[in-house]
Amino acid sequence: MDPILFAIFAGIAVVCGIVMVTQRHPIASALSLIGVMGSLAVLYLLLGAEFIAAAQVIVYAGAIMVLFLFVIMLLNAGAEPKPLRSSYLAGFLGVPMVLALMGLLGYLVKRSFPLDVTVRFGDFTGGSAKAVGDALFRKYLLPFEVTSVLVLIAILGAVVLARKEMD
Amino acid sequence: MPANFAFPTEAEYIRFLPETILILMGTLIMVLEGFAGDGHRKGTHKVALFGLFLAMAAACYAGSNPGPAFSDFLLVDGFGTFFRMLVLTVGILAVLCSPSYLSRERADSGEYYALILYSLVGQCILATANELIMVFIGLEISSIATYVLAGYLRDDKRNNESAIKYFLLGSFATAFLLYGVAWIYGLTGSTNLAVIRQYLQTSATADPALVGLAAGLMFVGFAFKVSAAPFQAWTPDVYQGAPAPVTAFMSAGPKAAAFAVFIRVYITAFDGIAETWLPVVWVSALATMVIGNFAALTQTNIKRVLAYSSIAHAGYVLVAVAAHSQIGTAAAMFYLASYVFMNIGAFALISHLSRQGERYVQVNDLAGLSQRQPVTAALFAIFLLSLIGVPLTGGFFGKFYIFKAALDSQLYWLTVLGLLNSAVAAYYYLRIIVVMYFHEPGHATESLEEPAAGIRVASLVAALAVVVLGVAPSLLLNVASRSSAIGR
Amino acid sequence: MPTTPLEVYFPVLVQALLGVGLALGLVGASSLLGKKLKNKIKDSPYECGMAPQGSAEERFSVKFYLVAMLFILFDIEAVFLYPWVVVYKDLGMIAFVEMAIFVILILSGFFYIWKKGVLDWSQISRIQRK
Repeated sequence: MDPILFAIFAGIAVVCGIVMVTQRHPIASALSLIGVMGSLAVLYLLLGAEFIAAAQVIVYAGAIMVLFLFVIMLLNAGAEPKPLRSSYLAGFLGVPMVLALMGLLGYLVKRSFPLDVTVRFGDFTGGSAKAVGDALFRKYLLPFEVTSVLVLIAILGAVVLARKEMD
Repeated sequence: MPANFAFPTEAEYIRFLPETILILMGTLIMVLEGFAGDGHRKGTHKVALFGLFLAMAAACYAGSNPGPAFSDFLLVDGFGTFFRMLVLTVGILAVLCSPSYLSRERADSGEYYALILYSLVGQCILATANELIMVFIGLEISSIATYVLAGYLRDDKRNNESAIKYFLLGSFATAFLLYGVAWIYGLTGSTNLAVIRQYLQTSATADPALVGLAAGLMFVGFAFKVSAAPFQAWTPDVYQGAPAPVTAFMSAGPKAAAFAVFIRVYITAFDGIAETWLPVVWVSALATMVIGNFAALTQTNIKRVLAYSSIAHAGYVLVAVAAHSQIGTAAAMFYLASYVFMNIGAFALISHLSRQGERYVQVNDLAGLSQRQPVTAALFAIFLLSLIGVPLTGGFFGKFYIFKAALDSQLYWLTVLGLLNSAVAAYYYLRIIVVMYFHEPGHATESLEEPAAGIRVASLVAALAVVVLGVAPSLLLNVASRSSAIGR
Repeated sequence: MPTTPLEVYFPVLVQALLGVGLALGLVGASSLLGKKLKNKIKDSPYECGMAPQGSAEERFSVKFYLVAMLFILFDIEAVFLYPWVVVYKDLGMIAFVEMAIFVILILSGFFYIWKKGVLDWSQISRIQRK
């Protein structure tokens, strides 16, 4: 069951990703990005990273997408005009070359990892909120606290850069 | 639950004291700014200066009892303390030359100093980071604060351009770094530099090609931050567009910190695979020197000249990294210290010379400066001579030690090409000196007022440091050699 | 007792499928069963309504962006609270202090934006502030 679910949601993620890039209207792109984020959450869940999956939905599919939509509306970005002529060469050469690159990378990865270290569904169980909390508030205490500085910088930056338009 | 876990001891908190002080002072400035409401005010920079001196004292104190802190996330050693002191000095000099500039542009607000302090938190973390996670967080803190600073004057189009270019390209580069970190974690099972090093030296399971790929991805991130070729293209535009004191800050602080962490990661963690990354550093060092120096030849804008010169200087430091020896590390440390002083001094004077709205930033605007303001011209000349590498300046000994380290490691070609590059570089620096001393004063120099007190202090201190490093280099070189034993 | 993630989260999957199915079903059913009338009067605004002018795509105020940005920041803070809550009993006072430092730092940022008037949307009080 796990591999089937993986294939389904990995497929959805890839398709949504391609749709996101090819859409002309930014809102449509943003909505397909939600599809990508949601399917990634399921993939995390399948691998046993439960907390990350929940955070993915709350933070990425939730908050960050809201920000994206607001920014698109803020910029009032409409649909992009169609390109005058699309390059056939890019299509003919680009697609096979991307596939070749992916194949090469896949081969390299497959060759360099022995079978006993590959990922198996259900092997990893340390992804619950409790396990994350144990790691975060003991070993990873310093990075956690320092993250608050990043948040403060983001607050300052948002106010500094947007204040002109508010007044 | 990890059984062997112990909560941090007092000594570990002390090792994190400089960052703690910077965070507290930054937050204090931010809260005070909230109380003050709208309007312009003076005096916030004094709070920032106080915090910076306090943090420097704390860095000294923390350095007196070296060791790891917070489950090995930080490693306070001589190397880390050296760079902590260096970036804090940069912070002090940058804060000194900011108030006059900001009040001239009617943007004198506390957020600026809060962001500088926060950015320095990131740089201090980078100086002592012993974990790739900490490297990433430190780099993000340092850079995101700098992105905002680059666009600090919101009404200025050049500021906006600078900030957006820096932000987009910088985020892209950080993503590469993070991807490399993820690969390293997947391959070695750890993000701790010492553990990665041990794994790479003892275990044969990791494919060298994949480890090299991961190290290469991380190199992209670091090369961007230190503006090394081929990831240097952002530098001139960003340096030109940002407010002059911010350029002074970001061409010195984040760059020194990024070099510190770059050297530490590659010498500590990736030492076992040195033969894969050394050629890359070799090529990048040469390309960086050539691109920086030759592109600077045709520039007419002083900020762009210095931006390209800053690229070229990153190339010289990379030569020291390519030497891959303890002498090389010490040479890089010495060079970065002298580079920081000459560069920040030059940009401090530019923030004075450019006047409101940065109207006068062409090389020709300096015509006859020596007749109007002999001291300013003399100080500027000292920084430029040091950037060339003339004897009796810090720049000379910096280059000397770097090329000596390169010769010791049998990098003959790189040394010869690097020396040729320095000869080329002399042209564009000397051109500025010639304009200052031998051209008739134009209307740009005639309207020049006396420099503000902060800029005077900053440029005098920087010039003094440049000269002291040029006359008695052993003062700093001894410290650098003692602290350069990382990962061995 | 469910053990694998799949078993544990099976109810969530069912819920999600139900949600998607319901949404698609309702929209599909109404488009299948509903009457479709299209003519000029049907498409015009209702009787005494104003004729629409210009584009519906208006530029949003930057305030929305700031609010969304702050939403993300506090969302991230909230996400950190989940793992904190479940280990709170094990760690006790230390966990409290750790989270207190984190929250106080972020709250000082919140204080700053409050005082700066970012959350103040009314034009009058902004002018009074000056």
